[in-house]
Amino acid sequence: MADLILTPNIDGPDDFYADLLAAHEGLSKEESDALNARLILVLANHIGDRKALAQAITAAKAKD
Amino acid sequence: MNKIFEIPLYAYERSPDQDAPAPVRHPVVVIGAGPIGLAAAIDLAQDDVPVVVLDDNDKVSFGSRAICFAKRPLEILDRLGCGHEMVEKGVKWDVGKVFFDTRKVFEFNLLPEDGHEFPAFINLQQYYFEEYLVNRVRQLQDAGKPIEIRGQNRVEAIGTHDDHVKLEVATPEDSYTLEADWLIACDGAGSPTRRMLGLDFVGRVFEDNFLIADVVMEADFPTERWFWFDPPFNRGQSALLHKQPDGVWRIDLQLGWDIDKEEEKKPENVIPRLKAMLGEDVEFELEWVSIYTFQCRRMEKFRHGRVIFAGDAAHQVSPFGARGANSGVQDTDNLVWKLKLVIEGKAPETLLESYDTERIHGADENILNSTRSTDFITPKSEMSRILRDAVLDLAEEHDFARPLVNSGRLSVPCTYDGSPLNTADALEDGPARTRPGAPCPDAPLVDGFLLPKLAGKFTLLTIDADAPDHFEESGIEVTRLALSVKDDKSLALKQRYLGVAPSAVYLIRPDQHVAARRESWNENIFRTAVRRATGQE
Ligand SMILES: Cc1cc2nc3c(=O)[nH]c(=O)nc-3n(C[C@H](O)[C@H](O)[C@H](O)COP(=O)(O)OP(=O)(O)OC[C@H]3O[C@@H](n4cnc5c(N)ncnc54)[C@H](O)[C@@H]3O)c2cc1C
Repeated sequence: MADLILTPNIDGPDDFYADLLAAHEGLSKEESDALNARLILVLANHIGDRKALAQAITAAKAKD
Repeated sequence: MNKIFEIPLYAYERSPDQDAPAPVRHPVVVIGAGPIGLAAAIDLAQDDVPVVVLDDNDKVSFGSRAICFAKRPLEILDRLGCGHEMVEKGVKWDVGKVFFDTRKVFEFNLLPEDGHEFPAFINLQQYYFEEYLVNRVRQLQDAGKPIEIRGQNRVEAIGTHDDHVKLEVATPEDSYTLEADWLIACDGAGSPTRRMLGLDFVGRVFEDNFLIADVVMEADFPTERWFWFDPPFNRGQSALLHKQPDGVWRIDLQLGWDIDKEEEKKPENVIPRLKAMLGEDVEFELEWVSIYTFQCRRMEKFRHGRVIFAGDAAHQVSPFGARGANSGVQDTDNLVWKLKLVIEGKAPETLLESYDTERIHGADENILNSTRSTDFITPKSEMSRILRDAVLDLAEEHDFARPLVNSGRLSVPCTYDGSPLNTADALEDGPARTRPGAPCPDAPLVDGFLLPKLAGKFTLLTIDADAPDHFEESGIEVTRLALSVKDDKSLALKQRYLGVAPSAVYLIRPDQHVAARRESWNENIFRTAVRRATGQE
């Protein structure tokens, strides 16, 4: 099982970020929340590996 | 016509015990003639262990309650002599549809695996289920088996002793005292036995209520399970429609927490809700309505000395997944062979501790599954609702999201991994589904099916392997069932029991769970395995 990649891995980070913002453009808070939720699920399925997913959840949690 | 649940099936009759000068002692007393108490009693009496069932009522379950019965309990009922009646009367179904708002999101087929005698599921009213069990009790009585049901016998006090239990029983005429070497408490979710012994019952009570209605109608809805998330006729809540025999349909409508139960139950409030769901012009008649607040919890221990709890008395789950009655029948399947051996003096009392270990494992698995279903069906926070809705939206278009939709994971038997009765798996690369602790999957043979041949005794199943036809170890008789992969042209036997191994020898418990397996016979190892499986190692 592969470890979660936490080093830069996106080709064209600015373009990706712009795509992400564009997807939310003009959406209400509610619509944006729904889009984010769908996006998480689509990406999670693509990753598939439960170990990597667990590491991703940990990495995403806020530090206290 | 009177419904079966309105007719007394085991009316009160005076028992000689009520006039005995001293309390009469019975080997086993069961409290409760619900599905679980009856299953326990039949199992004992079939093997000539005398048993008395006490019930404060004299009829089967009022209204249908449980409707969905799974393969494993049907296999157990077959061993108890009434599985086929249930299947003949029951409605078989494979297709389910999931709706979200006004849209059908997707459709699934349970695609039951071939080569099993019993279907994956049937729908059958609980009152029929209990009626067939009572019929079976009558049949056993006619055959001279030692089994009795005493209607309108309410247990009012229990005294526990090291080697017996004392019961105070109230009847319409008088009260009397009874003694039992062993007491099996199957007195339901509100278990008076649990209360009288001052025992805990911990867990989560979900803040939700469901309107459960059984309606009789001539409608052309197909024989499928339909589940709605957030439908227009029950906004923000869920709904379920499922078919039972005799044109009876089960409807579950989630109501939410803050409701007036008595108000909601009134026909003038129920009927408009059902019309909104079924369509204004569908004619129906209400057979039974109830409001149900469910809970997920279990006792910390199911065995307390000579008192053993089973079924809803020991554990409760939410109705999603049909795990209540289904798991209760598996409790008694697990308990009764052990209790028989202890009563016969062939196994130490400590064998009963494995009932606790194994069935608590089962209860925890059921509680986990039904808690997860509930969290999906009734999201507990705004974000969990957003995620749930995202799953449903995606499921309409994409296959990948469908396994995430959880409208109840239907009951499957649990594998007793880590049980002290198991011998470590020694069949190299053997199929995981038949590892020690697993319930044996059925397989078609030349002359019928595999499971009936494994019922009620220790069996040494050999597939293309040599072994003695019979042996005895520490008082336990083991009989061989010799098979070859050639006995099953469909190759199910090979796939389910051999995998890539050329041969196999399995030690199978009376409840059809695997105790040990390896490629070939070895006297020492299998004798040790028998002792271990009966608590003697
Ligand atoms: C709406 C609904 C839907 C359900 N759907 C399903 C389903 O689809 N599949 C499934 O498997 N399960 C389902 N269940 C759960 C199922 O009905 C229960 O798990 C099952 O009835 C438990 O059986 P039991 O024998 O343990 O207890 P019960 O059926 O409750 O029987 C207990 C018996 O004990 C007797 N008793 C109580 N106190 C005393 C006393 N002091 N003295 C003498 N007798 C006493 C009672 O009269 C009763 O007969 C559903 C339940 C509900 C409410």
